[in-house]
Amino acid sequence: MEYFLTEEQQMMVELARKIANEKIKPVREHYDENEEFPWPIVEEFAKSDLCGAYIPQEYGGLGGGVMDLVLIVEELSKVDGAISLALAASALGTFPILLYGNEEQKRKYLPDIASGRKLAAFGLTEPGAGSDATALKTTAKKDGNHYILNGTKCFITNGGDAEIYTIFASTNPAKGARGISCFIVEKGTAGFEFGKKEKKLGIRASSTRELIFNNCKVSAENLLAKEGYGLMIAQATFDSSRPGVAAQALGIAAGALEESINYARTRVQFGQPIASFQAIQHILADMATEVEAARALLYATSKMMDAQHAAGKKERITKESAMSKYYASEVAMRVTTNAVQVFGGYGYIREYPVEKMMRDAKITQIYEGTSQIQKNEIALALIKEAAGKK
Amino acid sequence: MNIIVCIKQVPNTTNVQIDEKTGTLKREGVESIVNPFDEYAIEEGVRLKERFGGKVTVITMGPPQADSALRSAISRGADNAILVSDRSFAGADTLATSYTLAKAIHAAGKYDIIICGKQATDGDTAQVGPGVAEKLDIPHIAYVKKIESIENNLMVAERMMEDGYDVIEVPLPALITVVKEINTPRLPSLKGMLSSKKAQIPQWGAKELGADKNKIGLTGSPTQVMKIFSPPPRPGGEKLTGHVSEMSKTLVSKLKDLKVI
Repeated sequence: MEYFLTEEQQMMVELARKIANEKIKPVREHYDENEEFPWPIVEEFAKSDLCGAYIPQEYGGLGGGVMDLVLIVEELSKVDGAISLALAASALGTFPILLYGNEEQKRKYLPDIASGRKLAAFGLTEPGAGSDATALKTTAKKDGNHYILNGTKCFITNGGDAEIYTIFASTNPAKGARGISCFIVEKGTAGFEFGKKEKKLGIRASSTRELIFNNCKVSAENLLAKEGYGLMIAQATFDSSRPGVAAQALGIAAGALEESINYARTRVQFGQPIASFQAIQHILADMATEVEAARALLYATSKMMDAQHAAGKKERITKESAMSKYYASEVAMRVTTNAVQVFGGYGYIREYPVEKMMRDAKITQIYEGTSQIQKNEIALALIKEAAGKK
Repeated sequence: MNIIVCIKQVPNTTNVQIDEKTGTLKREGVESIVNPFDEYAIEEGVRLKERFGGKVTVITMGPPQADSALRSAISRGADNAILVSDRSFAGADTLATSYTLAKAIHAAGKYDIIICGKQATDGDTAQVGPGVAEKLDIPHIAYVKKIESIENNLMVAERMMEDGYDVIEVPLPALITVVKEINTPRLPSLKGMLSSKKAQIPQWGAKELGADKNKIGLTGSPTQVMKIFSPPPRPGGEKLTGHVSEMSKTLVSKLKDLKVI
């Protein structure tokens, strides 16, 4: 479908497609098989300026918005939803600074992220605080001009490979959710260590590690906004970042659809290409329709967010953001499962790319809020809207 | 360092179709790209700029749509571009093309090094690069696979040969044509793509170059194409099967029959 992208956006898509096909496709199996972080590809991202697509020009970016990030992540994820995550997860770690950083913090950290010299990561989840994120136990105690961080984060994407971390910790445990604050912590800070690297079902080229804070001393200058603003920062970040996960899911689904169509046209059974059978045709039709619906919802949401941001409005766009992420990730799981079905036995083996796509798709229903959490957000927004009208 | 890179826009196909009536290449419906060997020339130019400073100017002779090839070069790091285009240049063979490009390079100002791809994938002559050097009366090294050094106005480069390579020293300014072993061309950057969109590319015709009318286009081309045809496809070879020891014996006897050994 024609979405009337700007000339700049068309260029971004074209460039992301080139990188995906020329640089990522030949090595995607290698990184999946070996669970290695794709540094050479990250260097390609850096050289291409894609890392700064959504960062304002005054901080070294290209001045685009959520839509630009979405287009890039979708295009890269068509070929590999795990390698694209190095860039997408860096954006997740960057949004707290972008949305709530002061001028000094933005000048200090954003240019390196925009140029791709450094990756960022987002540290919220803890062993006992997943969907219930506000139950986090990491603490940050004020000590003169510093805060002392103690606690453990888990399942942190880009953990260990990123240089800049936005970390959520409680500065006032008695206040519960309202006592959470957000800090920028750099790799190499004394008392900040990395724990084990997780072995995963999918997105195996992406690193997922524990972050361990043991009397880690962080300057008070690294506090984002004010003490107690952590929950608000996390919520606003998710509003902006969930479209990125939706784009990853959409890309994986679109990639699986393309593989399925090509395979169905060439695979011969009963003396004819399997694409000639209605059983296969209907599967492909369902896949294509769902992919296009997910894309339409995601693009509309992203454009709305960027337009609102450009108009200087601060209202949260939680509902549509959650809808995009919820729908695209469900579509990704269904479409990739169907892709494996279209490929039959060949779909189940690693020589063909669709089993990996199915494994990679699953995470999109889980991280940055499970599908069930997205539905909670959507329903809550519906109820609030209805109550507000009376 | 002033670096000039000469490029050509070619059809994006390895299987060029020929119009049997006119004997010319069929270009309709075939996407145009930068000649693949010229991509290495652009990359080498940009790398020299990154090493020694200066600027990279890309020049192409072609129809107005060759503008897109120049913009592609800018998106990969070239600084500016010149489109050499005029109806009177049409029908040029390698001699007239070399003359015209040499005039354009001369008009572009001072230069230290000129880089060309070893040949274009449509004509495959590999004559224009060396031809430009002759017209400019400067030394050239063809088939360069590595620039070893540039010091004190001297360049040392490795010329790829079938049985190894030659190491050649030339004074600057000089021209080189490059082979694909010389580097791996980078992908464009977004900032490069954006600036390539905005770039002002001047178009120079015969008048701007002060070109001699008798040396350009069809008039300036002594080459006459009498006939052009596609060679018949190579017949399939013979495939030996069976046990290795048997196959080896058969192979040796066949080679002896053919008087190869």
